[in-house]
Amino acid sequence: MIRFENVSVTYDGATEPTVQDVDFTVPEGELVLLAGPSGVGKSTLLGTVSGLVPHFTGGTLRGRVTVAGRDTRTHKPRELADVVGTVGQDPLSHFVTDTVEEELAYGMESLGLSPEVMRRRVEETLDLLGLAALRDRPIATLSGGQQQRVAIGSVLTPHPRVLVLDEPTSALDPAAAEEVLAVLLRLVHDLGTTVLLAEHRLERVLQYADQVALLPSPGAAPLLGTPADMMAVSPVFPPVVSLGRLAGWSPLPLTVRDARRRAGDLRERLEGRETPRRVDTPPAPPTGLPAEPQADPPARRRFRRPPPAPSASAAPAEARSLSVRRAGVQALREVDLTVLPGETVALMGRNGAGKSTLLNTFVGLVEPSAGTVHVGGLVPHRTAPRDLVRRAGLVPQEPRDLLYADTVAAECAAADRDAGAAPGTCRALVSDLLPGITDGTHPRDLSEGQRLTLALAVVLTARPPLLLLDEPTRGLDYAAKARLVAVLRGLAAAGHAIVLATHDVELAAELAHRVVLLAEGEVIADGPTAEVVVSSPSFAPQVTKILAPQGWLTVTQVREALREDLREELPEDLREDLREDLR
Amino acid sequence: MADGRIADGRIAGGRIADGRMADGGPGTPRTPRTPRTPLHPAAWWLWALGLGTAATRTTNPLLLGLLLTVSAYVVTTCRPDTPWSRSYSAFLKLALAVLVIRLVFVVVLGSPIPGTRVLVTLPEVPLPHWAQGIRLGGAVTAEGLLFAFYDGLKLATLLVCVGAANALASPSRLLKTLPGALYETGVAVVVALTFAPNLIADVHRLRAARRLRGRPDTGLRGLLQVGLPVLEGALERSVALAAAMDARGYGRTADVPAPVRRTTAVLTLGGLLGVCAGTYGLLTAAGGSYGLPVLFAGVVAALAGLRLGGRRSPRTRYRPDRWTPRACLTAASGAAVAALLIVAASADPAALHPGVVPLTAPALPLWPAAAVLLGLLPAFLSKEPS
Repeated sequence: MIRFENVSVTYDGATEPTVQDVDFTVPEGELVLLAGPSGVGKSTLLGTVSGLVPHFTGGTLRGRVTVAGRDTRTHKPRELADVVGTVGQDPLSHFVTDTVEEELAYGMESLGLSPEVMRRRVEETLDLLGLAALRDRPIATLSGGQQQRVAIGSVLTPHPRVLVLDEPTSALDPAAAEEVLAVLLRLVHDLGTTVLLAEHRLERVLQYADQVALLPSPGAAPLLGTPADMMAVSPVFPPVVSLGRLAGWSPLPLTVRDARRRAGDLRERLEGRETPRRVDTPPAPPTGLPAEPQADPPARRRFRRPPPAPSASAAPAEARSLSVRRAGVQALREVDLTVLPGETVALMGRNGAGKSTLLNTFVGLVEPSAGTVHVGGLVPHRTAPRDLVRRAGLVPQEPRDLLYADTVAAECAAADRDAGAAPGTCRALVSDLLPGITDGTHPRDLSEGQRLTLALAVVLTARPPLLLLDEPTRGLDYAAKARLVAVLRGLAAAGHAIVLATHDVELAAELAHRVVLLAEGEVIADGPTAEVVVSSPSFAPQVTKILAPQGWLTVTQVREALREDLREELPEDLREDLREDLR
Repeated sequence: MADGRIADGRIAGGRIADGRMADGGPGTPRTPRTPRTPLHPAAWWLWALGLGTAATRTTNPLLLGLLLTVSAYVVTTCRPDTPWSRSYSAFLKLALAVLVIRLVFVVVLGSPIPGTRVLVTLPEVPLPHWAQGIRLGGAVTAEGLLFAFYDGLKLATLLVCVGAANALASPSRLLKTLPGALYETGVAVVVALTFAPNLIADVHRLRAARRLRGRPDTGLRGLLQVGLPVLEGALERSVALAAAMDARGYGRTADVPAPVRRTTAVLTLGGLLGVCAGTYGLLTAAGGSYGLPVLFAGVVAALAGLRLGGRRSPRTRYRPDRWTPRACLTAASGAAVAALLIVAASADPAALHPGVVPLTAPALPLWPAAAVLLGLLPAFLSKEPS
């Protein structure tokens, strides 16, 4: 259905091709997952299928891409519109009209379908994607997950034979992601649609893929094969594969179910081990005074808590029966939340459950309509921004919003001025968190992960005791995520209170001491991570599902436990193998 | 391509749909205020322009106030819950600004109205002789001020009426009713129009982000500093949108036989020439005889050209707006208000243009006022027939 013949793409001004030696065929009716670390050209490769690369983006395409027999060199994107449906990374930039129903009809109008057909397909798609209740709503008022579904629906209505999706579930909560994937699977199975999608969150998609096209590194030729074969060599892999590699299972399990069936002996080996707890202990319960910063390595000194706030006993963040109404919608209802120094809290819940609103209330961007909010003893929306940055820092969903300057150096200098910190503070943070970034780099040229880290450094310059992150892992690959986890752990150990709003259950499992679940603006669960996520099927990380009823959360924990094992039980040669793995 | 294909998926997907109906938080569906079949957008524009025309016929502040009330009442009862409908308040502010600017000009530059009641005398700035006829400062009279107020109120009312049309039917919906040949241009215009609201949303977001950096999020400096990132963001989004539109078939053309293409070109060009010549004929004294027929022929040819040109674009229309009886009545009520006030203005100019020299309290002329009240009709028509 899609045929790449010796394709390479070189953008104007680039010396090296972004992708090269692409030579494979995607058969009709298959779901093919394009995997690889950030910056290997996944989006470029997707773009060649719809013809947007090179017709729209410029650059040179060598070789040939044919979709349903049409050569993209001679067919413009608009002439491929009836066979290829494309949804990009940001659904908002995809919408042409204002309302859901018109958006679903737009593509069909362009193709000139008859009004009766259009009407029927719109109704069918509304039902298929569960959008019927939203049909008259302006798109701008929908939540991220709803927008993603509308975007997919809008390319489904013309009944394309190929769907190309760039990170379709990154912005979605686990349940919404399952739904979108269920829809895709239905299209593949029942309608024979060919789906080519790129996704960083492999744990969500891998089990549905018929084949995986792996781009191992920039400029390297892609490998195509079964998911199990590809995962054995892939630099990016989900926790289930990671656990499988650790336990030495072959072939590698791809689904929780596969892994559970093999996990018998692993469970046995882990049986009786100390109940898994976080390596770094969560802070002591409130005793009136904030916990003293724990002894931290000298390199982390600059993350130490600043001198105590005016009211020394004030928690970094405290909300009491907080309610927020925005544009006629009750975004938060009677929320109580206290965050202690050194504690990491994950806010989870559906798209539109009020997570971002809660974070915004803590930095004074949103005024509470009832109840109180205090950040280090201050009321955020009545505090001057200059003072507030020393109490609370928020890294927004789009980190780029925080960056204005055109070089990293200028950005750092501005951050020092804004925070009233000694010159060089921010630059030192950047070098620490993000080694190898030169002063002259434009923030726009950084990768998602690097940009996030730069924004984090900018926010940390003022050394706020409370650090808020909104969806920090969107668009990050596993390596970038692991780096972020290490950085945030260090910050928590240095006494920063951290609140993350996230859909990424694996991240929450790695990082959070406490998970707070929100639904319709209310707190529906608040407790230690292990308890909250283990009891919820949609928020449980893969390792928990595999090793249930034991309460392991992450591969790291299992690895730690097995390391102890290593000393006693294993024969010498196996021990060597495992040591290799552990490294 | 079989049309029943998705239908199979729907049955299996029904479970999903049900599970997702009660979507959380801001996604919770509110009882829609929008009637299911909205009125034809042109009906709202005709209605609003009718009220606007009526406003240009009078300077009586009582009648103008009545017009404002009528339009505001209809807007509050009938406007749909869309981002566009919130533009009404922006138009109200703009109208107020126009009024204030008009008054400030009178205070500073003086007024040609010969008034006797001097409210305050500002120091007059002597100007060089070549600027004769312009005055800066000097006496401010009550008469001059009142005349400017009446005049400004007329303009403000006109603006508010346009704002009402904007709130009730977004211009994008109006553009959708364009003939096929102009549709693509219409979409481009619509996208350009949404540029502004998006820009404002960006400014809000980036000013909020300034707060996160610890800089004040208010004030002019704050606005200027986000300027470049906002423009950058808007440009990037425009490019992304253009890519999405292209990939979704915007600008697809159908194969049209060469004779049809040629006929289209000839008709359109000939029609436009005819319109030009006809208009010229109408405006010159000599061409009175041929002006009208040539103009008419030109219009017909141009319309035919447009219609033929529509063949080149294969696109169809999803649920086009229809002229329902309600839409006709709405448009008619606006037209009636305009017509009656035009009649009233010629029948009783004194009542519709209350004098300012000497100062008199304006009286409410009864039957023009009743005519204005006709404009309330849509408020009672547009209710959802539940």
